[in-house]
Amino acid sequence: MNKIENLEHLKKIKEENLKLIFPKKTRILVGMASCGLASGAGEVFQVLAEEIKRRNLDITLVQSGCAGFCEKEPLVDIMKPGWPRISYCEMNSKKIRKIIELLLKGKVEKDWILAKAEEEELLLEGTRRPYPLNGIPEELEEILPYKYHPFYEKQLKIAMRNCGFIDPENIDEYIARGGYSTLYKVLIQCDPDQVIEEITKSGLRGRGGGGFPTGRKWHYCRNAPGDIRYVVCNADEGDPGAYMDRSVLEGDPHSVLEGMIIGAYAIGSNEGYIYIRAEYPLAVQTLRKAIKQAEDYGFLGKNIFNSGFDFSIQINRGGGAFVCGESTALMASIEGKVGEPRAKHIHTVESGLWEKPTNLNNVETWANVPLIIAKGADWYSKIGTRDSKGTKIFSLVGKIENTGLVEVPMGITLREIIYDIGGGVPGRKKFKAVQTGGPSGGCIPEELIDLPVDFEELSRVGSMMGSGGMIVMDEDTCMVDIAKYFLSFLQDESCGKCTSCREGIKRMLQILTRITQGKGREGDIELLEELSQVVAETSLCALGQTAPNPVLSTLRYFRDEYEAHIKDKKCPAKVCKDLITYFIDEEACRGCLVCKKLCPQEAITGERKEPHRINQDKCIKCGICLENCKFDVIKVE
Amino acid sequence: MIKLTIDNREVEAREGATILEAARKVGIEIPTLCYHQALTAYGACRVCTVEIIRKEWSRLSTACTYPVQKGIEVKTNSEKVKRARKMILEMLLARCPNVKKIKDLARDMGIEKPRFELDNEECILCGLCVRVCEEIVGVSAIAFFNRGTEREVNTPYEINSDVCLGCGACAVVCPTEAIKAEDIKEIRKIPLWHTELKKRKCRLCGEFFAPEVEIDFLKKKDARLGEEIFETCPSCRKKELGNKILYTNSRRRKYV
Ligand SMILES: Cc1cc2nc3c(=O)[nH]c(=O)nc-3n(C[C@H](O)[C@H](O)[C@H](O)COP(=O)(O)O)c2cc1C
Ligand code: SF4
Ligand code: FES
Repeated sequence: MNKIENLEHLKKIKEENLKLIFPKKTRILVGMASCGLASGAGEVFQVLAEEIKRRNLDITLVQSGCAGFCEKEPLVDIMKPGWPRISYCEMNSKKIRKIIELLLKGKVEKDWILAKAEEEELLLEGTRRPYPLNGIPEELEEILPYKYHPFYEKQLKIAMRNCGFIDPENIDEYIARGGYSTLYKVLIQCDPDQVIEEITKSGLRGRGGGGFPTGRKWHYCRNAPGDIRYVVCNADEGDPGAYMDRSVLEGDPHSVLEGMIIGAYAIGSNEGYIYIRAEYPLAVQTLRKAIKQAEDYGFLGKNIFNSGFDFSIQINRGGGAFVCGESTALMASIEGKVGEPRAKHIHTVESGLWEKPTNLNNVETWANVPLIIAKGADWYSKIGTRDSKGTKIFSLVGKIENTGLVEVPMGITLREIIYDIGGGVPGRKKFKAVQTGGPSGGCIPEELIDLPVDFEELSRVGSMMGSGGMIVMDEDTCMVDIAKYFLSFLQDESCGKCTSCREGIKRMLQILTRITQGKGREGDIELLEELSQVVAETSLCALGQTAPNPVLSTLRYFRDEYEAHIKDKKCPAKVCKDLITYFIDEEACRGCLVCKKLCPQEAITGERKEPHRINQDKCIKCGICLENCKFDVIKVE
Repeated sequence: MIKLTIDNREVEAREGATILEAARKVGIEIPTLCYHQALTAYGACRVCTVEIIRKEWSRLSTACTYPVQKGIEVKTNSEKVKRARKMILEMLLARCPNVKKIKDLARDMGIEKPRFELDNEECILCGLCVRVCEEIVGVSAIAFFNRGTEREVNTPYEINSDVCLGCGACAVVCPTEAIKAEDIKEIRKIPLWHTELKKRKCRLCGEFFAPEVEIDFLKKKDARLGEEIFETCPSCRKKELGNKILYTNSRRRKYV
């Protein structure tokens, strides 16, 4: 590869490669991020590759990233000249063989299609490129275009702009969609202060949890005394069930690299680090390739675009602890020390890595940067709410129809995310609460479903934005049990350095545990509140400071549930095993023997066609009888 | 110099000093457990929590790590501080119900019996031993292992460390007497660290006085020290020195 030294050269590569992404021959993309692979995309890809080879087809087969709709994976996109782009979902080897068969006959299987795109938006340039349509199969007419598909209609992809559309391992495809042109503009036409000014004006705030204004952080770091400065990308992503950063890195690594190079130039840094979770092998591999390609083109290294600016990036693999995502622990870990937080009275923008000024931003924060600079602060700041601009990626999981990654403008309501995008709660169950902000976030109840989602509103109701986890809970969820679940995660993940966090979480967890066991005492709620306050106020780092949130927020909105456990020894959601009994409605029981055979404890007695009975001494409350009774006669109380 | 108020008193401190240092200089006592003036502040025990008011914005922080700032108002004993410190001690007492130092501090705060289930630990994880071994002794024979409630201080792999000198500095700084250095005839033992080292015999009195490895370490560290220092126990050395002085003095008297 030759180094790209000027805009003409970059433009030439872009034009040449536009035909890669708007191809003259059929191109098939398989979503092969970690989520896709987990649902079998590897096999689908394999079959496609074999079919293409066996039949000697002139088709380009590409591995792309995750387009967000993880529920429907494996996803396969077909771009056939003359057709709109169509996305098949829930593919497997059998289905994909059939689809190839049909494709060759110019046909589609409309029942397996998720959506179609008649045009692609090139966000960076503000243009739309329609697909030239001719000879479309009739069935395609009825297929919903992406922009009207409920899962996508309210989404706005900025950080995930390229995810699922390009081959993340091919820098040319990133360039084809306008990539690295912003870097050129910055290095050649802007001075660093202008860049910082633009980011500040855009209102971008950190996506890693704290929501600190990014422009202000860059400004502090640039102006901190010292010659050497570092920029760091936080890709430690330790929240259970959250994987937006992984998806961005696996689907579009260059957006993060370009953001970092722009940031480094603005801040005055020549060395960058990406601290990435060790459990993300695919993301690490994708990043390594991306860095190598960017170096080959000269976007990383010495004298980038002949501007005189040098910048290099190194990858650091995380130590595998949640707390290593905390800024000071992360920096200690990069230095080769134990990944443990330290007091932050002197900020890391002044004294971070090796005591030099260090600017740390999250993956998603960095990925936003090129687009903000390209389209301007005014454009960006029109999206979102007064104090929270732009979009946020949420990982929507739990009791929800459409799990996946959704990128939405700030200010969208919880209702829109959960019902319109997420498709609501499955199984005709009632929605009960949504937990946001990761393990130390809070639970937001049904009555606040119309809350607009932004940094301020989430904190106001006792939760937080965190890194964007969103766990939907239905009526079968016990809120005390949920608080216990998060606290036990935090107990394991606390580094254990400071008394308040280590001992405080442990004691809160002990109290929650006894409440769920029916051994809760009068005064336990007050003791939990007292502990929460001290742990929040006196812990060393944000892990401890926010650890009481799950307890406080559930107490705030579901206090009656705590009281029912403590006073009435009842679990209203019928989850806590020590507080429920399974029994058989003997009048309705048909005596079919099914439960009797399935019970692992042999706790069920009764003859054929005679009512059965559960022996409470033997019952371990596993719920197998309930799940398997065809006549619905097993009751829980 | 930086001016601030601590408990309504105007205090001056040099830049870079901590609130704890500034307070102690003027005789204001703040309890501490993980602080030692010869070691890097660590901020682990949280017992030194104080209230810091800045532009009418009040928050709690640890005095041992917080650098003095112009114009801040510090309260070392406000209701807010007392409430927090009391809970911290209650938690520590539940962890270590049989440690005298903790019992005393807790009693000072009015706690007799914690409201939590009692454990029976001796270590409060203050990390003084780890820091003294690293920063003063310079060998880092011990370190923290594991996270959360599993956290503990130990030697790597929980076997006898090949760098431990048996010097016992850790036992000296330990505020709860959890670390014990024992001498059984010619052996220096620190059971917590699986250390058992042979001691050297004093060339004069024949007593075993210090672990061989510690003596060799000191020898390597400072070659200027006289050889006899490594062969003689401290009390014989003192005697010898006294004799020398006496001897020289008496000679002087004799000849002058
Ligand atoms: C316990 C803990 C874990 C964290 N984990 C992450 C993480 O995995 N990724 C991340 O970007 N930020 C994480 N953070 C937040 C970082 O400390 C830091 O605020 C962030 O990376 C700054 O980048 P931003 O301003 O772009 O958000 C964590 C914070 C705490 C206290
Ligand atoms: S608050 Fe928790 S995670 Fe943070 S330093 Fe203290 S013990 Fe470690
Ligand atoms: S003495 Fe300050 S935290 Fe322990």
